[in-house]
This record gives sequence, C-alpha cells and structure tokens, in this order.
Amino acid sequence: MITSAFGVLFDGFAYGMLLFLLSVGLSVTLGMMNFVNLAHCTFGMIGGYVTVTLMNNLGWPFLATLPLAFAAAAIASVAFERTMFRRLYRASDLDQCLLTIGLVFVSVAAAAWFYGTIQQPVNLPSYLRGSFTLVGVTLGVYRLFLIGMSLVVLLALVLALEYTRFGMQVRAAVDNQRMARGLGINVDGAFAITFALGSGLAGLGGALAIDIVGLDPSFALAYLVYVLIVVSVGGLGSIGGSFAAATLLGISDTAGKYYFPQIGSFLIYLVMVGLLLWRPTGLFGRR
Amino acid sequence: MFWRGYWFGAETMRHSRAAMRGTGETVGGPHDYLQAQIRWRNIEIAFWLATLAPFILTPNYLVLASQIAITALFALSLDLILGYAGIVSLGHAAFFGFGAYTAGLIAKYGWGEPLSGLLAAGLAAGLLGYLMSFIIARVRHLALIMITLGFGLLLLEAANSASWLTGGADGLQGVRMWPLFGLFTFDLWGTTSYWYSLVVLFLLFIVSRRLIHSPFGLSLRGIRDNIIRMRAIGAESLAHLQQVYTISAAMAGVAGGLLTQTTETVSLGVLDFQRSADVLVMLILGGAGRLYGGLIGAIIFMVARDQFSGINPQYWYFPIGILLVTVVLFLPNGILGGLAQIAASERWQRWIRPRVPRRSLLP
Amino acid sequence: MSTPALSTHGLSKSFGSLVVASDIALQLPRGARHALIGPNGAGKTTLINLMTGMLRPDAGRILLGDDEITTLGPEARVRRGLVRTFQINTLFPSLTALEAVALAVCERRGVARTWLKPISAYRDAIDEAHDVLVSLMLARHCYRPTRELAYGQQRLLEIALALATRPKVLLLDEPAAGVPRDESAELFAAVTNLSQDITVLFIEHDMDFVFRFASRIIVMVGGRVLVEGNPDEIAADPRVREIYLGRRRHG
Repeated sequence: MITSAFGVLFDGFAYGMLLFLLSVGLSVTLGMMNFVNLAHCTFGMIGGYVTVTLMNNLGWPFLATLPLAFAAAAIASVAFERTMFRRLYRASDLDQCLLTIGLVFVSVAAAAWFYGTIQQPVNLPSYLRGSFTLVGVTLGVYRLFLIGMSLVVLLALVLALEYTRFGMQVRAAVDNQRMARGLGINVDGAFAITFALGSGLAGLGGALAIDIVGLDPSFALAYLVYVLIVVSVGGLGSIGGSFAAATLLGISDTAGKYYFPQIGSFLIYLVMVGLLLWRPTGLFGRR
Repeated sequence: MFWRGYWFGAETMRHSRAAMRGTGETVGGPHDYLQAQIRWRNIEIAFWLATLAPFILTPNYLVLASQIAITALFALSLDLILGYAGIVSLGHAAFFGFGAYTAGLIAKYGWGEPLSGLLAAGLAAGLLGYLMSFIIARVRHLALIMITLGFGLLLLEAANSASWLTGGADGLQGVRMWPLFGLFTFDLWGTTSYWYSLVVLFLLFIVSRRLIHSPFGLSLRGIRDNIIRMRAIGAESLAHLQQVYTISAAMAGVAGGLLTQTTETVSLGVLDFQRSADVLVMLILGGAGRLYGGLIGAIIFMVARDQFSGINPQYWYFPIGILLVTVVLFLPNGILGGLAQIAASERWQRWIRPRVPRRSLLP
Repeated sequence: MSTPALSTHGLSKSFGSLVVASDIALQLPRGARHALIGPNGAGKTTLINLMTGMLRPDAGRILLGDDEITTLGPEARVRRGLVRTFQINTLFPSLTALEAVALAVCERRGVARTWLKPISAYRDAIDEAHDVLVSLMLARHCYRPTRELAYGQQRLLEIALALATRPKVLLLDEPAAGVPRDESAELFAAVTNLSQDITVLFIEHDMDFVFRFASRIIVMVGGRVLVEGNPDEIAADPRVREIYLGRRRHG
C-alpha cells in the first residue's frame, strides 16, 4: 500500500514537472504583460512535432532534438508576437483569448493536415527506458530524467531571475510595469525575450511529453486546460507558484485517476474552483 | 475597458441629427429620444419576417432551422451576460445542458407535455444560475474565466459519472414527447419543431429586448463600462450581476430543453466545452452587445457547418480559427459592428434609422 | 451648535510604514463650502477615499450627521447622501449623458433592477435627469455618448452624476482639473449654483477656484491637517506659503 502510494507520488510528481515546463512560460508572460496567450500549448505542440520529425524522418537521437524543439517553439512564438500579439497588448482579456484561441484552432487543423490525427510514436534511447527499484519502489528512468531536467530548468530560472540584470528587469516589469518603464527599463524588449524563452520551454515540455502523455493534434487544446489551471492556481508571474501548482495538480490528477477512477478529473476541477474562490489571484499571486 | 465600439442606436441618432445641426436645438425632447430608441426598426421587422422563409423556401431543412433557432436562443442568453454585463463565461453550456437533462428526465419519467417541461427546464437552470451567481458576481478577469470553465467541466464530469441518472456516454433513453397543445406532434420533418423553437425564441427575444431597454439594462451597461462609477452612484452591482446571470441561465436552460424536446434525446454533448466555445465564437462573430449579434452569428455558423459537415472535424476549425483571428484584428465589433459602420452611410439610413418625431424648428 | 453634516474623528491610515492619514479631525457644517488644499502626496484623495468607504481606516470614526458610517460600504454611504466625484473622469464611455444621469436617478429611486418596463416609462426619472443636465448646461449634448463629449463637458457630467443621487454631502476631487480656461465658465457656474442644502468639500490646486468658492480652507501636508481657517488667514499664513513657494522669496 505504501509502496504504491509512493509510486503514485513519484509518477504524479513527474507529471507535475511536465506541467511545470509547459506552464511556467505562460505564468511569467501573463504576469509581465497581462497578455492572455491561449496559444501557449501550440508552441508545446510545435516542439513535440519537431522532435518527432527529427527522430522519425531524419534519424536524430532523442536528446539532440530537444534543443531544437526549444528553438523551434521560441522562433515560432517570436513570429506570432511580432505579427499579431503586440497589437493586442492593450486589448481586453476577451479579445486576447479569442485571437489566441483562433490560432489554436488553426494550428490543430494544420497539425492534423500534416501529421494526421494518430498518436505519434517516439523511440526513446535505451538508456532512458526501463526502470529500476529503490527501497522497494519502482522508478521509471524516463520519469527520473524528466524530473531531473525540470529541476535543472527551475534552478536556472530562479538563478537567472535573482542574480542576473535581465532577471531583475523581468522582476521589475512584473511588479510594476509603468514604473519599470519610467526607470528606463526596456520592458518591450525584456518581454519579447521572456516570451520566446517561455514558449521555448513549452516546446521542450511538448517534446518531453510525447512518451508520457502522447502527441496528437488535440494536444494544443487538451493540455491548455491543465496549463490554465496551473497558472491561475499558482498565481501570475510566479515561478515558484507555477512549480507548486504544477506539483499539486500533477499529484492530485495521478492520485485521483489511480484511487478514484470513476470520478476522473472531477476532483481536479473541484479543487481548482475551490482554490480560486479562496484566493482569486492564485496561491502566490499579488493583490 | 471591455467595450469599444459604438452603440448602434446612439450612432445612428447622431447621424440623423447631423442633418439638423446648426439650429442649436435638439430634435424632440428626452422622452421622444428614448421612445425612438426602443421602436422597432424596419430592418428588425424584415429579419423576423425572414425567419418564416424556411417554411416556404427550404421545407426540407426545417430540422436544421429549429437547431439554428435553439442555438440562437443560447447565443442570446450569453449576450446578456457577456455583451451587456461584461461577464466572460467559458462554461455557459452548463446551464444549457442542465436544462436539457431536466427536460429529458421529466419526459422520460412520464410527463411528456412540452410547455410545462420547458418551463421546468428554465426554472431548474435558473435556480442553478442563481446559486452560481453568488460566486460569479464576486470574481473578475482570469479567475472568473477559470471558474466558469471549471464549473462547466465539473458538471460534465458529474453527468458522465452519474450514468444511472443521465445515461452517461450513451445518453438518455426513452424521451417521448406528447403533442404540442395536444394537436401537433413532433414529426420527422421538423415542422412542429421549427414553429415551436421559433416562437419560443421570438418570445424570449422580446423579453431580452425589453430587458435591454429597461433601467436594469442600463445598469448592466453601466457595470460593463465602469464598475467603480456604479459603486459611486450607489448601485448594488453585485445584486445586478446576480440577477442577469440568473435570467441568462434560465434562458440557456430553455434552449437546452428545446433541444431535448425537439430531438427527443439528450447526450453529454449538451454540456461539453465545445458547446460553450462554439456559442462564444458565434456571439463574437455576430457582434456582442447588439442583441442580434448572437442570432446572426448562430445562423452563419450553423449554416456554414452544415454545408461543410462532410469534412473532418479537425479541418472544420481551420476556417473558424482564421475567422476569429480576422474578426479580432480587423472587425472588433463583429459582423454587425462592421455593418453598422457601413450602414452609417445615408443610403441605408431609411431602413435602420429610428423614427424620431421632428418638430419644426425653423423660425 | 447643530450637528455637522460630516465629521471625522481621529481618522488614520497607513500602508506599512507609509502614513497616509494621521489623526484627521474635520467638521463640515451644513451648507459649508470648504476647500482642501495641499501639495501632491499630502493625502487629500486618500482622505476622500476614506470618507467614501473605498479605503478602510486603521482607526477613527466618520459620522454623517448623527449616524456613524465608519463600517458602511461605499454604496451604502452614497444612499445616505455622501457622494463624490473623481479627479480623473470615471464615466460610462458608451452611455449617452442622458442615459448616464438617468441611470443614477434610477439607482437612487430603487428602480434600477426592474427589467420588464422600458426606461421611457419612467417619465419622472427622465425629467429629473434632464433637469440636472439642463442645470449644468449639458442639455444640448445629452444624446451623445460620453466618450464623444469634450473634456470640460465630461467634468460637468462627473458633477451631474453626483447631483443625480441628491447628495447631502458632496466631495469634489479636483473638479477643475485640466479644464481649459475657455470651458471653465460653465464649471464655475455649476459650482456656484449648487444648492445651499448641500455641504461641499472640494480638493483643488487651482487657487482662483479655491479663493472664489471656499468659505473655509483646510491645508493638509504629509497626511496631517496643518492648519484650518478662512481664506484671508490661510493666504497670510507663512507656513502655507512655505509649502507652496518654498523658503526663498521669488520676485
């Protein structure tokens, strides 16, 4: 009983880390510019399909595709940001939602057109497959890799935020955009870079997700809901909040599906609604 | 600020008075102005007459026509909260579905009388809306979007799990409707269905129109425009929002009930996110806050979908996506808003200008 | 001595270590025309926010006439007759001026939630709204959406909305702010014509306005009341000159 509980915890944590990678970019950009980008998971999907194409069509090794998944998603996001998003920074929540949802619809159809609606297969290298047992608990190697990768990313983000000049600019812009501009900080430039980074991380998450949750055109929409839950529960502009919320969501979802399979995602939604009622700006949000 | 776009009435009023400028006097007094605002324009009359056309022109499509009328009613209910009060809801299908299942269960367990079943559906959904309104009225922005989304998803999951009640994924079986007024059976051709749906739509449209032009409608626009100012004039915004949310939920429930009764079936699709998202798209397409926007959007969306129904659903959303992007970037007030701009030209004034009594102001 | 229309006792508020209001005690007699002046950051708008209930005080009491209103929310205070205008136009952009004022009238009359009768059926309310607009010389423009009105007209509409609620005490936050000279005549007339039954406290930086309308001036600095007195006393007070002009004499 205990070992299965620990196994659920481990799997849940790994799933949570995946959600963290997918969500952290959105949380920070929402906190910085208040731009509701529902197309965030489209970038995740792009990263996933890049990995699939490189591996299955060009024979690249899995690990080598990851930086490209990141880069492709980042570049795609910059393209969207330059052409469309920046026109809507001052628009209403609703307009931003609608534009980005429109993009999601287009991307889902495009993915279906190019890749079909089947689940994409991915062949993990042998050193990432399988599992080993530690004190009676079975730990999947790939999940461990995922956790490790996410923690490295978390560390890198926190260090960058706290100790670099760029990080300081980002923190200032999230805190008080007008003031930051007034101090001469190039908020637009910082935002563009942050946006690219966040989307790149989503792309990385999408690539890493293939083995855990699969990849098909509905990814852009299906995981959007989870990402939105993480962001709204964690609080906008908070890396720590995203981490906490993603962990909470990952473990709850896995535990829910394991122990109460009839209820499905009911528990998740209930927890989310309850949390938002208690704290509308999220666990670590401001105001 | 959520709203940007001219209010149809005032815009055309301004243009009609442009002709009178220079006399330094306004046309008519405030009472005349307000009376003129609520008079039926010619184009509205034309629209409603046109809804009778399917009986004559396309008698084979009456089933589709009644589906459109039902969806239009649903879109209208969303317009009340989104277009007029500014509440962004991603889960309005919750009330549609709740009404649908209520009507279905009543019919399944022996009471197949349509009108009373419809009334029950509306009341049930209205009650649910009233309970939810305590939460909805108190949150804004992302939290509001997420709570409405979450609530819709919650209800869907609950309906899925409670298959002993709802039939689960198989849907509700055994819904049999009695003839309307004891005379008109719900036939396969859809004649009764379309009459029924159209009349209900029209009646509730009249109610909505009244609401918009009432003091309550004005207060909703006030809340949408500037909620801080509403507090500063002593308005109980919370109570206002709760009231409109309840009315909107009841209306959505009636729409859901109509669907059940005219198709004699209910499935989980009445509660899913797709339905909430589709109705939002329709409303935005047509133009929110213009009363007819939801109706126009529903007609266009449903007709287009019917025409392209052979295509893989994944591809259907491609033009919808393009359309959304276009509307947001270039047509911020939807199709009706774009038309309003064109209509401001003198040629169309005759059809849409409200008839204002003119007093002779020349010396 | 009759009860003051509005009084505060020991009103205080801080945000952490930032003290924005410290032990404010004010008395506004019925029908008063008092001005509240002071440098930026003195806490004048904060005081208005405390009085209207948009901010909750850390300590102190507020009384409207004989009634304690310290714990009441903003809407309740408006219903009792304590109304404010905003320094930055806080209006309803898409509503016409007539609709906006009619809305305020309907809210006051308690009919704002009726939804089955059109607003044109409430003839008295509309007449009342129109009268308010006429008294502020806005009747010509009352059919235009608020966003199309000139800035000066919007400032007048601010006051119109407040008047529609039939206030007992009116708090005007910089009514003349940003109004160009050629549009200020109507504004001055509007303030002059305010009924003697209404008690008025206004914040202003425009000294012409202050010395023209105020029978008593309160000077605030750093969250405290520095000095109170009639216009001559204040004009002569060296501390006030110091605040506005600095220590060195100019010219």
